[in-house]
Amino acid sequence: MRLRQGQFSFLPDLTDDDIRTQAQYAIDNGWAVSVEYTDDPHPRNSYWEMWGHPMFDNPDAAAVVYEVNECRKEHGGKYIRVLAFDATAGWESIRMSFIVNRPAEEPGFRVVRQEGEGRSIRYTVESYAMREPEGARYA
Amino acid sequence: MTAEPKEMSPQTVDLAAAYEASGVKEVLRELDETLIGLAPVKKRIKETAALLLVDRARREMGLATETPTLHMSFTGNPGTGKTTVALKIADLLHRLGYVRKGHLVTVTRDDLVGQYIGHTAPKTKEVLKKAMGGVLFIDEAYYLYRPENERDYGQEAIEILLQVMENNRDDLVVVLAGYADRMDRFFDSNPGFRSRIAHHIEFPDYSDDELARISETMLAEQNYVFDGAGKRAMEEYIGKRRAQPHFANARSIRNALDRARLRQANRLFETSTGPLDAKALSTITEADIRPSRVFQGGLDVDRAHEETRA
Repeated sequence: MRLRQGQFSFLPDLTDDDIRTQAQYAIDNGWAVSVEYTDDPHPRNSYWEMWGHPMFDNPDAAAVVYEVNECRKEHGGKYIRVLAFDATAGWESIRMSFIVNRPAEEPGFRVVRQEGEGRSIRYTVESYAMREPEGARYA
Repeated sequence: MTAEPKEMSPQTVDLAAAYEASGVKEVLRELDETLIGLAPVKKRIKETAALLLVDRARREMGLATETPTLHMSFTGNPGTGKTTVALKIADLLHRLGYVRKGHLVTVTRDDLVGQYIGHTAPKTKEVLKKAMGGVLFIDEAYYLYRPENERDYGQEAIEILLQVMENNRDDLVVVLAGYADRMDRFFDSNPGFRSRIAHHIEFPDYSDDELARISETMLAEQNYVFDGAGKRAMEEYIGKRRAQPHFANARSIRNALDRARLRQANRLFETSTGPLDAKALSTITEADIRPSRVFQGGLDVDRAHEETRA
């Protein structure tokens, strides 16, 4: 099951050229672009590992593509995303986020039911990948 | 349904029109007007511009596919305009579409090489990323390589540089600059660089006449002028300064003019009795140049005095 998170996740995988175009859009808007990776695909996991610093002063998106490829060399079997952070007052938040790399096998999520007091049931989702310890989740 | 007409590569190319449209003409004209002397450099740049223009036309017609190697080396003495020309080159390459942004990032060894193990690679990569889409100007590039210390981190920076120069040729252009003889030795010990650099441009020293014209242009930029005697004093100054150590062409002239302005300000302050007009405020006279140490034999004379006093 393909992970659908962030922008463009219902489109085919972005090529390096696509990534460059999108990152250039963010840079031209004055947003700081950064690269992050994780092997925990849970939708509420907002704290991915940072790959280097956010790129505050690179005028050209070729640097972003370069870093994405460097990150792929090390974490090619994990999820990698590109973020654009807008620091202007009032926003101070992520303006763009899209996945640029995913594991070869994505096992998907299961529903977990927890029985509460009385007859109440609590539902949650858990990635099948999360059954393995960190670092062993994707081949 | 009608078939969309396929995009065809053009059958002919109008070089003159391409030359006009790309704005290269303006850059070259600016180069001619703003830079005094440097005839061989200008010629090389014009040749390179022509080559790139033709190459671009060939690519549009589908005759060439590879990006030509654009990395350059600038060799010449200090103050011969290497950085200024690098700025123009960045602009030129940007207009021709060979770099996307056309900015210039100027660095020296300190910006590339780290202080401890593991510090160099991130530092070099950071600089390279900043320069992507533009031109990376490495001043005094030979300092990167220190053969006397085999554990010097400069070698690491060189390796990363070479790798990026080869793999990211579309993303950035690297210009190495420095004194001619030391650059030659640097290239001899790092053959990888020599083969990756297509354009070697040599910057000749300025003649006395050119330096005199440069001094006038520099003053004009700051709304100052020489009077007749001041101009003659400056010409004499240039001849004398050249013979003394640490002569750095146009940079020496800039420094001399800064000091002349200082003396002029002092002179006006001490001698003026009434209101001064704009002409008096912006004229550099003989009296502002003659007191220079250069006319008394340069720095060495001062030092000798100090020693006898001590």
